Amino acid sequence: MKDFVWLIPTLPLAGFLILSLFKSFIPKGLSGYLATLAVVSSFIVVLNWFIPALRGELTPFTWVAWDWINLGKYHLNFAFQIDVLSIWFMAIITGIGSLIHLYSIAYMHDDDGITRYFSYLNLFIFSMLILVMGSNFVVLFAGWEGVGLCSYLLIGFWFKNNAYNDAAKKAFIMNRIGDLGFLLGMLLLFMHVGSLDYTTVLEQAPQVFHKNAGLITVITLLLFVGATGKSAQVPLYTWLPDAMAGPTPVSALIHAATMVTAGIYMITRTNILFDLAPITLDIVYYIGTATAILAALIGLTQNDIKKVLAYSTVSQLGFMFMALGMGAYSIAVFHVTTHAFFKALLFLGSGSVIHAMGGEQDIRYMGGLRHKLPITFITFLIGTLAIAGIPPLAGFFSKDAILAVAFEHSPIYWGIGVFAALLTTFYMFRMFFLTFFGSFRGSDKQKEHLHESPLLMTLPLAVLALLSFGGGFINIPHVFGGHQWFSHYLNQKSLVPLLGESSISVTTEYILMAIALILVMATILFTYISYVKKHNIPSADNSESTTLGYKLSYNKFYIDEIYHSIIVKPLHIASDTVFSFIEKYILDGIVKSIGLGVQKAGSGIRHIQSGSTNTYALFMILGVALVILIQIVL
Amino acid sequence: MITTFLIGFPLLAALFVYLSGNKLAGKVAVIASLLELAAGISAFLDFNPIIIWNFEQRIEWISNLNIEYYVGMDGISLVLVLLTVLLLPVILITGLLSKLKDTAAFYSLALLMQSALIGVFTAKDVFLFYIFWELALLPIYFICLQWGDENRKATTFKFFIYTLVGSLFMLVAIIYLYLQTPDHSYSMESLYSLRLDSIDQTFVFLAFVLAFGIKMPIFPLHTWQPATYTSAPTAGTMLLSGIMLKMGIYGVIRWVIPITPIALESYGCWVIIAAVIGILYSSILALQQQNYKTLIAYVSIAHVGLIAAGVFSASFIGIQASLIQMFAHGINVVGIFLIIELIVKRTGTLELSKLGGLRHQAPILNVFFLIIVMASIALPLTNGFVGEFMLFVALFQYSPILTAIAGLTIILGAVYMLSSFQKIMLGDVNPNYSHVQDVTLGEALTLVPLIALIIIMGIFPNIVLEQTEASVEMLLQSMQKTVSSIN
Repeated sequence: MKDFVWLIPTLPLAGFLILSLFKSFIPKGLSGYLATLAVVSSFIVVLNWFIPALRGELTPFTWVAWDWINLGKYHLNFAFQIDVLSIWFMAIITGIGSLIHLYSIAYMHDDDGITRYFSYLNLFIFSMLILVMGSNFVVLFAGWEGVGLCSYLLIGFWFKNNAYNDAAKKAFIMNRIGDLGFLLGMLLLFMHVGSLDYTTVLEQAPQVFHKNAGLITVITLLLFVGATGKSAQVPLYTWLPDAMAGPTPVSALIHAATMVTAGIYMITRTNILFDLAPITLDIVYYIGTATAILAALIGLTQNDIKKVLAYSTVSQLGFMFMALGMGAYSIAVFHVTTHAFFKALLFLGSGSVIHAMGGEQDIRYMGGLRHKLPITFITFLIGTLAIAGIPPLAGFFSKDAILAVAFEHSPIYWGIGVFAALLTTFYMFRMFFLTFFGSFRGSDKQKEHLHESPLLMTLPLAVLALLSFGGGFINIPHVFGGHQWFSHYLNQKSLVPLLGESSISVTTEYILMAIALILVMATILFTYISYVKKHNIPSADNSESTTLGYKLSYNKFYIDEIYHSIIVKPLHIASDTVFSFIEKYILDGIVKSIGLGVQKAGSGIRHIQSGSTNTYALFMILGVALVILIQIVL
Repeated sequence: MITTFLIGFPLLAALFVYLSGNKLAGKVAVIASLLELAAGISAFLDFNPIIIWNFEQRIEWISNLNIEYYVGMDGISLVLVLLTVLLLPVILITGLLSKLKDTAAFYSLALLMQSALIGVFTAKDVFLFYIFWELALLPIYFICLQWGDENRKATTFKFFIYTLVGSLFMLVAIIYLYLQTPDHSYSMESLYSLRLDSIDQTFVFLAFVLAFGIKMPIFPLHTWQPATYTSAPTAGTMLLSGIMLKMGIYGVIRWVIPITPIALESYGCWVIIAAVIGILYSSILALQQQNYKTLIAYVSIAHVGLIAAGVFSASFIGIQASLIQMFAHGINVVGIFLIIELIVKRTGTLELSKLGGLRHQAPILNVFFLIIVMASIALPLTNGFVGEFMLFVALFQYSPILTAIAGLTIILGAVYMLSSFQKIMLGDVNPNYSHVQDVTLGEALTLVPLIALIIIMGIFPNIVLEQTEASVEMLLQSMQKTVSSIN
């Protein structure tokens, strides 16, 4: 059985190769089905190990594909590691990935580049699978860079638009900044452990590194820098909101099933290292919190439906990093899972809206869509309730788990978490109400065009809605008589540590939950009143009569502009200065003056300096001959 | 025998090509280079890495001086010989594409150069090495001078002065070494068993580093390079960047590391620091280059800087990495210059501000181009990654700080490669190039082998690493012996 594990990444890879090599021979209508087939087949192979894993019957194993890089004493294998953690991610990637593929068949049907689109999509799934399946850091890095490439290709899919190309380039470069950190962390690990295989590194780490020592702190911090790039955390998050330049299902893929979850996967995979470095964990927590709040604040005033969702992803990722920072790895993966369900749902739902609106993405020109798009409306509602954390939907359980851990650390942590959750609720319902309630504010032409999306699009929505509804039940906490099944699942072979018994009493937990829930409901009510009852539509022009806070949020705190003026511009100025001063003036100057000096000194033999290289070459040969001759004579 | 054949055949072919006249020269030369490639591959198949030296031949030549015709191949030589025979057909075909005038002269010079390059990579007599070294320079001067652009005279002159200075120092060092050998020999074995004291070693080291450093080039000896790359005809630039700069790195591995290890230990760090500065320096300069060929010239300095840093660390992984990275760099840089040639042929310019939107007309060119770009920014599973990763491993063990600085090229590399790619290929259709043709079958057939090598070497780098492993270990043992017998 183990010998078939290579099929999992190879199927989407084959899909990519077939679609890209035989692009001109494959009918446009067929490419989507081929690509979907590749991913669905991969999902079926994954089930082969996923189902036993769910039953607690999976024996973890490593499968060596080939000896990749010979480093002398250490041979780096291209190998896969199948255990409860990797198989869980593989199931998400191929499962959600299949739904996104299916949806794309209809969504992209009239795009000329549909075959190219699906080939990239397959490559994306392949890369992400390599990332989670790898049995060492370098194979993970291969997938890590691979998803960077795929995001570059897909964000810049419509390559005639240079703004999109810029967004694609930005995503790649921002990721590369993180990658440098990750690479250095990996090198430092290798220097001290002499191996990059997870099993060896994680087994030896407690002996090699002293808890709380500087070395392990530096290593984990560097690895974390990599995570901030890939998982869009402060300060490297700015690429993700721009990444919506790609086709909408791509956003669903990047935000839900692949790419941004990589950082969380990596930290969970190496949790033994992070546990040895409490300082790093604190920093992870602070960065996560800063990201959760900052992105949510920006999300409050955005009017582009995809942009709101993008900032909500950044903010939710911040939540996951908060959990990681508190050592609650299994909770972070739990939130990855529920988030994958509802964020894929929301993005695909927004795609359905955009499809109906003929490409319009500004929520100020929508309104009242619930009548024309009933399925999209219902499923979108479920997604919105789930992300807001309304029980018993998926988001409630995962968010509540994070808040419970936060309270254990400090009531302030809990307060911050609740605050971020309320911001999320506000901007999600603001968007929801502006889109689906009130009266239609678009053009007449758009109004006529409004229609519910075809089955291929609504079916994935329905499946995801179901998952967003019930996905939280996998980790019902003790207060509700559950047994935290998922945390125990990940704890098999002590892969991911279980959290200790909660120190807060059941009563306190009920009270906290109630407070959070009441506040969330109040926020929903508030948005309902302001956006449905009072018909508050954000004005088209935001320059006048707006508060400073609104301006800051609307302009994303000017972070992009700040980066531009403190990094990009100085770099180009440096480049210009170095070129004109050092390269041309100093270095060339020295060479020229040496040449001139030689010319002056050799004025007696000026006549042979004809400037013709032929003459010089001749002299050189003569010179060599002369040396040989002198030696013969001597 | 096969070594001598590999050196001699292109030399004969050069003569034959020259005689066959301008009309036939190109075809004859390409066929000759393909035969040479077949010979090279058969050498690779026969090669036994365990016995270190294969296909040796030793004949007395100038006996009064003890100069011998002494050649052979170990793994280190083999990799560079293979690179040379693999790239030459591509380079010659590029010459065909750019429709040079006076082709008979051009192709015979290129073949002459191949002969000399293989000589450099296989000579086991250091004087023979020097002769081949100088012999390799002559054809490229003429190529730059005869077929370059309007700045060719000034740039070739600068190039010439630089390399002449380097060569003279090397010659002095070689003669000095010869005089030190007890049996007055230029042979590799005699030189390797020399036990020079640290002062002598320092002088030899400095002379060699100057000669090899100019050739690579290492910062700040690089100023001849961007101008020469830009001005030379593309096939010439390919010879320079794809194969010739490896002469310098090869020289360091072959002669500097085993003969002057003490000096290397004391002063190697300065070379590494210079190389790392050069990586950052040229990456920053690449950011604002407007001519794509000049941009790639600076990129090449950055890539070679990292290889140099790895070699001067004189560690097993560093040298192994430099070998596989030389192989990868040769393929990638020739690939990108071939793309450059195809772009110039279609648009007549390499000014980034004038280009753009080519992808729409040339989707297949776009795919080839993007793969080569990704290989040159070291995407895993392309050939660029393995070498770069290993070089970072080696450099990190030498100095983590320098590695972090050199590592900035990971970011900057993405910036300049993707920005320039976007400026050339992406964006809306440029009305000037709305009828540009996609790659032709012939062009695709030239590119496909390079692309295949990029992927295969990225997935199975051990094909190369296993050839060189034993030879590198042997080299380091020899170095270790020298060090321990002096201390």
